[in-house]
Amino acid sequence: MLKQLRPALVMIVVFTVLTGLAYPLAMTGIAGMLFPKQAAGSLVTENGKVIGSRLIGQNFTSDRYFHGRPSATTGADPSDPSKSIPEPYNAANSGGSNLGPSNPALIARVKGDMDKLKAENPGQPVPIDLVTTSGSGLDPDISPAAAYFQVPRVAKARGMSENDLHDLVAQNVQQPVFGVIGEPHVNVLALNRALDALAKK
Amino acid sequence: MTFAGWLQILIFCGIIVLLVNPLGGYMTRVYQGERTFLSFLLGPFERLLYRLAGTSEKEEQHWVGYAAAMLAFNLVGMLILYALQRFQASLPFNPAGMSAVDPQLAFNTAASFITNTNWQNYAGESTMSYLVQMAGLTVQNFMSAATGMALAIALVRGFARHSVKSVGNFWVDLTRSTLYVLLPLCVVLTIFYVFRGVPQTLGAYVEATTLEGARQTIAVGPVASQLAIKMLGTNGGGFFNANSAHPFENPDAISNLVQMVTIFAIGAALTNVFGRMVGNQRQGWAILAAMGVLFIAGVIVAYWAEAAGNPLLNQLGLTGGNMEGKEVRFGIPLSALFAVVTTDASCGAVNAMHDSFTALGGMIPMINMQLGEIIVGGVGAGLYGIFVFVIVAIFVSGLMVGRTPEYLGKKIEAKEVKMAMLAMLCLPLAMLGFAAVSVVLPSAVSSVANPGPHGFSEILYAFTSATANNGSAFAGLNGNTPWFNLTIGMAMLMGRFLVIVPALAIAGSLAAKKTVPASAGTFPTDGGLFVGLLVGVILIVGGLTFLPALALGPIVEHFAIAAGQTF
Repeated sequence: MLKQLRPALVMIVVFTVLTGLAYPLAMTGIAGMLFPKQAAGSLVTENGKVIGSRLIGQNFTSDRYFHGRPSATTGADPSDPSKSIPEPYNAANSGGSNLGPSNPALIARVKGDMDKLKAENPGQPVPIDLVTTSGSGLDPDISPAAAYFQVPRVAKARGMSENDLHDLVAQNVQQPVFGVIGEPHVNVLALNRALDALAKK
Repeated sequence: MTFAGWLQILIFCGIIVLLVNPLGGYMTRVYQGERTFLSFLLGPFERLLYRLAGTSEKEEQHWVGYAAAMLAFNLVGMLILYALQRFQASLPFNPAGMSAVDPQLAFNTAASFITNTNWQNYAGESTMSYLVQMAGLTVQNFMSAATGMALAIALVRGFARHSVKSVGNFWVDLTRSTLYVLLPLCVVLTIFYVFRGVPQTLGAYVEATTLEGARQTIAVGPVASQLAIKMLGTNGGGFFNANSAHPFENPDAISNLVQMVTIFAIGAALTNVFGRMVGNQRQGWAILAAMGVLFIAGVIVAYWAEAAGNPLLNQLGLTGGNMEGKEVRFGIPLSALFAVVTTDASCGAVNAMHDSFTALGGMIPMINMQLGEIIVGGVGAGLYGIFVFVIVAIFVSGLMVGRTPEYLGKKIEAKEVKMAMLAMLCLPLAMLGFAAVSVVLPSAVSSVANPGPHGFSEILYAFTSATANNGSAFAGLNGNTPWFNLTIGMAMLMGRFLVIVPALAIAGSLAAKKTVPASAGTFPTDGGLFVGLLVGVILIVGGLTFLPALALGPIVEHFAIAAGQTF
């Protein structure tokens, strides 16, 4: 074993420099040159201020905006940092609910959310992605059905026509790549920015 | 289940099959020391490195020397990784001001990354500095993968050679795996991932003011470079806590497809390297076919279970399958497929939360790991893992016809079978043994997040994943306790090294044997009958060992849910 000590040390030092420092640092440099926007996190700015990232969902709660999916992320309790409290769309602490399929807490949470949504748009079936938390808690997307479902609420809150909003959602649906790979989805931040732009007109 | 879903699964399988031959050919040239298109660039560097290390490509090692080199390298790597975590607060590249990682967690993480497991009892974005992520974790992502590949090649040499004492040189195999295979592919993949939207920056976390005026801190970092090797090396440890479910770590369906392909690519191609080195590519395809049968079976059950959804939620009037813990951009088919791929291949990255899968959907990942991570398996580890089963299958067939079993012209004798059984028995010992102790320890049981049989599944999954060196989790379990940090750390070390050393012993023993020419009585090992026999042996061994434990977890949960019961 002792005979192997020299090659072991030489190899680990050389490969640490190569794969642990040179590789990520060179990649950071090249990525920053080729794709500076993506490398920095696909940030969205308005009037020079960062308002979020195209890829990271935000916690929309106002009736005037389309909402994303429920999020199970948590954050430190301001009154006691050793404890954590729910903090939806905490982009510094991603994670899912990890509730098992037989956990009554899951069933109760989904039922509560469904009741709220049914009151908002009676008679329509509730899209499942609006009552289930995502794996990351930062899902930037909702299904087209979930966007259409919210049209009556947003239209009422904004005093806009449902038809206009319906068209807006349709324009913002992203189809699967080559028609097959992935699922159709709507980026909620992009949709809400388009909504603000439409409202200004 | 939808047509589009099956089409995506088919596309994935097609890409893998197309990659096997070219990648296998390239890797064979690399390991045999032949010239490749990268030799002019890397050759001089490679030779300089051997000189510094006091070895050379001409020098060959006996299996014991090979094992000693591998163990020394892993020990040194583990100590360095442990130290980096303990001292991260006073080291550079720490813009978020992370403090020292506590000793048990640092042990667990060090064991986790040198064994290619990447079980994570920590959340990356809130625990590890950029330095630890790069110079600690990323380095071991490369090194543990290269170690696995080296060992697989050593075992293949055992089959390919005859009447010699040596199985190759660990340092040469390690260097070539890293320089010629892993690193060049990772450079290309990193750039591709950044193009799709994965961050690659050393800047601090971004403060944003959202559309509704709230503050949002967005964690970023050198993600893409770690992501590339995390998949290609079947490591699976996420930069972020949510792993490849995080939109920064897997921005869209295309990045998702590439991630799944790179998980399988090297492991699948190694079967072809094996075929080429023993002089009959059909031998490699037969091994891959057995893996393929088990893979497809897993995909069918997992996709069906997730698409059918959770009966307790469907009763409320919901349709569309089980979306709890899944991302909209991947949907049901790509989440189910990813779960099967990642647990077949000992990767352990996730793009959906396995803890929230349906009972049967979550059982498939568990079974995949319990079979020993041999369905493609970890890079290298999958190949030497399945040879353990091949030897037992050949032995069983020999017993059936009353003839000394042989494989590729090598007589399989008592020593090989004993070593194969030793490797095979260590896995259930750690998986079931630690799980059994944990479920009677109140302090361990208090770590589970879901009551009832699902809580049992969380603990069983943890030790299964650790021992199989997978690293995915039923993540509701709080593993960051002294008990779990130590026992899961031990399970990972057992699952890695108690398989590697017997596998190397088999390699040494086979290399020393003479080749016997094939005769009319030789059982052909490149046809359908052999594939069927191998699959049968794998399923019988796995079934006998794990069915009782599965009955207490996912199976009972499935029937309870069907009867409308919660826990």
